[in-house]
Amino acid sequence: MNNLMAILVMSIFVNNIILMRFIGLCSFFGVSNKLSSALGMSAAVFFVMNLAAVVSWILYNFVLVPLQLQFLKIIVFILVIASLVQLVELFLRKNMPGLFKALGIYLPLITTNCAILAVAFLIVDYQYNLLQTLIFATGTALGYTIAIILFSSIRERLELAPLPNAVKGYGIVFITAALMSLSFMGLIGLFGF
Amino acid sequence: MKQLLKIFFNGIVKENPVLIMMIGLCPFLACSTTANDAIGMGIAATFVLTCSNVIISLIRKIIPHNIRIPVFIVVIATFTTVVDYLIKAYFPALSESLGVFIPLIVVNCIILARAEAFASKNNVFYSLIDGIGMGAGFFVAIVILGIIREFLGSGTIFGSKEMLQVPAVIMILPPGGFLAAGVVITVVKYIENKIVRRTKVLSNLPSACEGCKLKSQCIQEKIV
Repeated sequence: MNNLMAILVMSIFVNNIILMRFIGLCSFFGVSNKLSSALGMSAAVFFVMNLAAVVSWILYNFVLVPLQLQFLKIIVFILVIASLVQLVELFLRKNMPGLFKALGIYLPLITTNCAILAVAFLIVDYQYNLLQTLIFATGTALGYTIAIILFSSIRERLELAPLPNAVKGYGIVFITAALMSLSFMGLIGLFGF
Repeated sequence: MKQLLKIFFNGIVKENPVLIMMIGLCPFLACSTTANDAIGMGIAATFVLTCSNVIISLIRKIIPHNIRIPVFIVVIATFTTVVDYLIKAYFPALSESLGVFIPLIVVNCIILARAEAFASKNNVFYSLIDGIGMGAGFFVAIVILGIIREFLGSGTIFGSKEMLQVPAVIMILPPGGFLAAGVVITVVKYIENKIVRRTKVLSNLPSACEGCKLKSQCIQEKIV
């Protein structure tokens, strides 16, 4: 139990996937200019990340390892994620049109979101069991959500700030991310983890 | 020949994938804690980019249009696997420090972007040059950031002996990565603004201004 709690806290705060691990930065900078798009993206990530982590864990442990095909894991995982996104899209469109509309464009974009693929590789590296995998994926998705929502709220204010021309745009965005990352470093040692 | 040079330098300067187009940011920040890591990542990504560009360009006419993205991804994933195992076999230390970022080359936006935007439309030779040029642009950007961060953060360059008495450790930690990248991008944008504006404003001045001693004054005023 303690172990699961440790995985959850580590994946949300201490090893925050965006600010401490530098994974998923393209979508972090790409869709964080508005709070509404950040919310849509993080909902889609939450949904697909859990599903992808569980499916790739099952595939790796019950198909690739028994057949000794571990070297195919990069190809298998990326194909699993790409087809999973398609499947989820079809399923949602038919059965939950409301949610499908809310996720909109963010669902297909997920295929190239490296956060999803990274979780699949990390659970293999850490040799987690299925329950740990689920907790890790949930925690990572929550960490992603927290980081991107905080950041998009700051960015909405930044639009109005009077800045020198060269710093405008990505310059100030990176420096803001540096300050946020610095504050997340303060969470190292949270609850004794 | 001129065309080839144009394609090559397009990737390094005008459409530098990281500093201008802002894609492929994850390895740019994560693998630049030391200059050696940055070189390893730069070469690995360039290799995958060049090989996938060539193969995709070779098979561009037989890929059905609707499933081109999955086909690109499988080609890229194959070369990423090759690189992953090559680095594991010959540079185990590098493999240890780059960790999960080597398999993540497969979702590096630069590679898929070049496959879609260039290799699927141009012949093999041009695609090869484009791959090398874009890879070189990525390489230059990541190595510059790696040298800056290693020098400020641990006081060394390419693992040499320490040159700073009190290195700022924060530079090799995640916040330092964002900060250094922010500063580098700001400098690039400053230079870009200078060049773009000067040429634009110069051409806007009437021809009677040529040879006028106060010409620079007019330019200055218009820039502000």
